[in-house]
Amino acid sequence: MAIVKDEFKESPSQTAGPYVHIGCAPNFTGIKKIYSSDLGSAMKTGPVKGEQITIEGTIFDGTGAPLKDAMLEIWQADSDGLYNSPQETRGICDPNFTGWGRCAVNLNTGLFRFNTVKPGQTPAPNGTLQAPHISVWIVARGINVGLQTRAYFSDEKEHNSSDPILNQIGDSKRIKTLLAIRQKKGVYSFNIHLQGHNETVFFDI
Amino acid sequence: MSPKSTRKGHYLERDRSWHPEALTPNYKSSIYRSPSSKLISFPTTLSEETGPVFGHDILGSLDSDLIHNYARQGQAAIGSRIIIHGRLLDEFERPVPGALIEVWQANSGGRYRHKNETYLAALDPNFSGCGRTITDENGDYEFITIMPGPYPWPNGPNEWRPAHIHFSVFGNAFAQRLITQMYFEGDPLIQKCPIVATLNSLTAVKRLTGFLDMERTIPMDSLAYKFDITIRGKQQTVFENKPEGL
Repeated sequence: MAIVKDEFKESPSQTAGPYVHIGCAPNFTGIKKIYSSDLGSAMKTGPVKGEQITIEGTIFDGTGAPLKDAMLEIWQADSDGLYNSPQETRGICDPNFTGWGRCAVNLNTGLFRFNTVKPGQTPAPNGTLQAPHISVWIVARGINVGLQTRAYFSDEKEHNSSDPILNQIGDSKRIKTLLAIRQKKGVYSFNIHLQGHNETVFFDI
Repeated sequence: MSPKSTRKGHYLERDRSWHPEALTPNYKSSIYRSPSSKLISFPTTLSEETGPVFGHDILGSLDSDLIHNYARQGQAAIGSRIIIHGRLLDEFERPVPGALIEVWQANSGGRYRHKNETYLAALDPNFSGCGRTITDENGDYEFITIMPGPYPWPNGPNEWRPAHIHFSVFGNAFAQRLITQMYFEGDPLIQKCPIVATLNSLTAVKRLTGFLDMERTIPMDSLAYKFDITIRGKQQTVFENKPEGL
């Protein structure tokens, strides 16, 4: 791998701590005079094409307790598989879809929820396509480096079976930890386990 | 060079021996919040090489002025006035313009404005500890704020966090997403802190230290600290397996 001198390396990470909301979701923690709304609280700025979905879940620690101070961010393509980013060169993303969401989990229950659309397939480096997925990033007290994972969809069996990254994981029990489970039309449940027998797969991407 | 770092557009891998480990038992909160399985590695894909971009239109005029952005008309936050400034770079030393930086901090007494905060130090009615800015065309940023106080925390019987400011940094790609903390040059609490001690070297601690910068102080007004930040670098050009800039 490329060698970067210490003085030019990425700044080392430190935990977000328990009060991440003050800087990243101030309205959520009652600081209402500064920003008109919390960034990432809405992923849709108008009507968005595609299947409208909700993804909800809880993050559990190694004792099985829900994390109540965590913050998640998600990043995904639109229903055509296009990203709302200057780096996207294949086409133009749905202009009403930001693709980025941020959610502080409920301080009492630990529940998070994103209202979004089901993403389309996106390119894989080997010229094939990745299964529809949402990139997930988790920070909280006790997490020293933001955790990267992905949510795939339980009702995309065909695409999942040919996804290069899921195939790299191989172990079906571990792959299962990355599946957002369809509860009913438009509603998926995605629980995250930081430790334990069903510990979620985390990535170094 | 492994193939992971050679394709144009890929981001350099994170050096996991440079960042803190997930499990750092002296920082007790990590014990049940650290995954125990190995991380699964693969080269960045378009999913990580893209990311949200924020325009200057989201910024209010006082967003980066924490002395005034929560203060009542004509009032100001209590504490030592300081300027925090620096440059956002990538690992190839290229400045990163147009990147959102969010900060949060305790007030001058070491108390956070947060529902879960229990420390007995007084709240400052004119201070929230919340700010943000977007780097300019040279990758530079600046905040005006007050010196945060150190505070006790329940990790051990008598443990105190050094004064610090939390930084949340975006780049051009979701792969670059980073949260870290800035400490202040010369603070004797730095070397006693279990969270600082999650870093694996003194060099890493130095990289998270804001240094007194007399050139940027404003006489009779504010001290200044310089804090440069680096986010992951992206390969631009591949030439015989040696990316430009290395």
